[in-house]
Amino acid sequence: MAQMQSGAEGKLSLPALLQRNATQFANSPAYREKEFGIWQCWSWAEAEKEIEALALGFINLGVNKGDFIAVIGRNRPYLYWAMVAAQSVGAIPVPLYQDANAEEMAYVLSHCGARFVIVTDQEQVDKVIEVQDQLHQFEHLIYLDPRGLRKYDHSQLHQYSHVQDQGRAAYDEYIPELKSRRGELNYDSTCVMLYTSGTTGKPKGVVLSNRNVIESAKNASEFDKLGLDDEVLAYLPMAWVGDFIFSIGQAYWTGFCVNCPESAETMMTDLREIGPSYYFAPPRVFETQLTNVMIRMEDAGRLKQRMFHHFMAHAKKVGPAILDGKPVGFLDRMKYALGDVLVYGPLKDTLGFGNVRVGYTAGEAIGPEIFEFYRSLGINLKQLYGQTEATVFITVQPDGEVRADTVGVPAPDVEIKIADNGEIFYRSPGTFVEYYKNPESTADTKDAEGWVATGDAGFFEENSGHLRIIDRAKDVGKMADGSMFAPKFVENKLKFYPDILEAVLFGNGQDRCVAFINIDLTAVGNWAERNNIAYASYQELAGHPKVLQSISEHVSAVNKSVAEDSMLSGCQVHRFVVLHKELDADDGEMTRTRKVRRRIVEEKFADIIGALYDGSPQISTTTEVTYEDGRKGAISATLDIGDAEVTPVMAQKVAAE
Amino acid sequence: MKDMQDGYITADGRKIGGVVMEMKNITLRFGGVVAIKDISFDIREGEIRAIIGPNGAGKSSMLNVISGFYVPQEGEVWFHGEPRPQMRPYEVAQQGIARTFQNIALFEGMSVLDNVMTGRLGHMKAGLFSQALWKGKAEAEEVANREVAEKIIDFLEIQHIRKTPVARLPYGLKKRVELARALAAEPKLLLLDEPMAGMNVEEKEDMSRFILDVNDEFGTTIALIEHDMGVVMDLSDRVVVMDYGKKIGDGTPDEVRNNQQVIDAYLGVSND
Repeated sequence: MAQMQSGAEGKLSLPALLQRNATQFANSPAYREKEFGIWQCWSWAEAEKEIEALALGFINLGVNKGDFIAVIGRNRPYLYWAMVAAQSVGAIPVPLYQDANAEEMAYVLSHCGARFVIVTDQEQVDKVIEVQDQLHQFEHLIYLDPRGLRKYDHSQLHQYSHVQDQGRAAYDEYIPELKSRRGELNYDSTCVMLYTSGTTGKPKGVVLSNRNVIESAKNASEFDKLGLDDEVLAYLPMAWVGDFIFSIGQAYWTGFCVNCPESAETMMTDLREIGPSYYFAPPRVFETQLTNVMIRMEDAGRLKQRMFHHFMAHAKKVGPAILDGKPVGFLDRMKYALGDVLVYGPLKDTLGFGNVRVGYTAGEAIGPEIFEFYRSLGINLKQLYGQTEATVFITVQPDGEVRADTVGVPAPDVEIKIADNGEIFYRSPGTFVEYYKNPESTADTKDAEGWVATGDAGFFEENSGHLRIIDRAKDVGKMADGSMFAPKFVENKLKFYPDILEAVLFGNGQDRCVAFINIDLTAVGNWAERNNIAYASYQELAGHPKVLQSISEHVSAVNKSVAEDSMLSGCQVHRFVVLHKELDADDGEMTRTRKVRRRIVEEKFADIIGALYDGSPQISTTTEVTYEDGRKGAISATLDIGDAEVTPVMAQKVAAE
Repeated sequence: MKDMQDGYITADGRKIGGVVMEMKNITLRFGGVVAIKDISFDIREGEIRAIIGPNGAGKSSMLNVISGFYVPQEGEVWFHGEPRPQMRPYEVAQQGIARTFQNIALFEGMSVLDNVMTGRLGHMKAGLFSQALWKGKAEAEEVANREVAEKIIDFLEIQHIRKTPVARLPYGLKKRVELARALAAEPKLLLLDEPMAGMNVEEKEDMSRFILDVNDEFGTTIALIEHDMGVVMDLSDRVVVMDYGKKIGDGTPDEVRNNQQVIDAYLGVSND
């Protein structure tokens, strides 16, 4: 497919790539969005016109070179255009998480000093208006959906389509200016600024240059042989680096089509209708889908159930090998083909994975069973390891070398070294420019030679050359007896059970480990329904003795498997508690990308941790909760503490075998 | 309020137009029971008009009179400046009046989309034969009507249940679907019979927002019956208060709130 990228060489910015696409792929679909029940489509030529009109409108509104333009909302073509239009006029787009509350938004908007903010609807407009007094540089707010906004003061408020209309009207006046600004862009100009959610402290603005984005997009597209005919579904937060690379970087490089769902609730239906060929999802999405499949299978008729289980067992046996192109017996192949007609094919269609050629999961470890399930169906699901500072890619799994417990080999043009303490460092064309207005953090993370500290600890497997991640380097500690404490290792094992949504392990510097557990309401709720267990709330279900019992069994099983690891056998869970509330980003307990903020959880629930260690059988506690609209409340609960079976650690020798 | 022949400006700056519908000395009896006794009030273009009152005050009967379903024994209903003759329900719909019901009345076995499309029935002109053949006019008409239906589905944020049979939906969503069907008729006057009944706070907030948005976006005149006083006072421009079939108050929410008769009816009167 290399010929498809012809003409892309030497294009040093996304607006330049857009010009190439608009001429070379003029009639190919660039964007689709489902609206009013129909997939609306824009070709590259049409998209270029829309972006140009908006860019002219920006100039008309007074956007200067170097201005920051914040973009807030769900994935819509208009917002992607806004980012490229911002680049075209020399401004820097800053996408924000749409579910951020007003306070978080105020921090980011004032940190980058955004003069312009582009949002989707009234909800976001209200949030920005709420905090605009704190924003000294803020000038204009542009919205997409006029609904409910008629009565608002429009001195600073503009409708997106009107900005475009004004741009079109002033075409002759501003086009030379636009062309000259576009022409000034080069590989070193800033392409985008993305705020990392950060498990500690305030978010940091990661500045990525055109070089970072285009080189990364190019390498990754070539690695997976992506081309003009690929389709992606853009549904992950626009503020996340992955979405920027997939839906803008790679789309502009290869010219493939970006499809935007109708709304967050219709995502699954839209996925099925589009049938993307290139798909990305965090492990949580795959977990949820698998849970749904299993729940629905339990409701299916006897015949279907038997067929499903019979063929899934066969798929488990030979599916991954067939996918990897390894030799498989003729009869097994025939049976797999039959299974494909009867079970795998229809199931893949239902999930929307019928056309997936390359699928990635990243961000967190994925459960081996979940991973194998999708691969055995013939879906080429792979893992990659990356971060915002690397413009996503650090390591990727090549086709045919896919495993659940590693994250693959260094991505093209990426160099990796492992420090003595196990921390992973990398250097690549995607290495970020700097943290905006934060030279100390930049210096702490990136050294003079361009090596970036990932903050993760890991090692290369000797025979395969694949990277294995142990945990966040700063989370790795030592137990009282000096053995290694790596919480994520144990937490992931726990989270692989469908009824456990989240787990947090404590034990750094202690003689034994204890854990918090969040149940998965969908899975446990379904189980409760099946077993006629009545419950009125999350809290009540979480405290049900039968739930505690089954969680306790899981913990014991995990302990057994942890005991087998020679390095980490000290991390077995001695006592645990099933929390009365879900850990939530609104309460600051998690990041917006749903990673646990350990320090905060540790402080907030100090009383429960105390009870886990002092041996008391119960603990009464009150926790403050924040509702979505920012109001606060409190919930009180008395939690039973469970004791788990601990497997005695075998002699080192045995474990080492 | 008497001097506002040509409408008025609301507290939030909306322009309210002239009288759309006027009740003139309406009395409605069911045998010996007098449900409505000598009530007069008007509904103006673009306003949100509420009818409130305790249980059995005659609110639903009043709404049924407005919708033409009940014919009062005495009094007249004036619509657009002339007395309205007795009409069949479909004739009422043709005049641009649509309604929702206190106890949801949707086609349970049909999908949300089909239910909303039934609201477009009055706008379909193609004959049976042409529709059966799905040629020419019928096809073009269906496409146009589907577009209107889809815009309303988008407006009320029910895209995710577009193809779901109504029977499978929770109560709050059914209420929204009913509103969607009423809106699909593109009414000039929308009658809502207890749109918030049985809803939780969040659903009520959503519904309130939709009602305000409908009024704001389409300029639809809305007459509603509601029990929840908080909702009524927040939503409506003017309120009619009924008790035992009689009108005991009429005015802006503030005027009504301070009306002694209204307070007595709602809170009860002590005997001394």
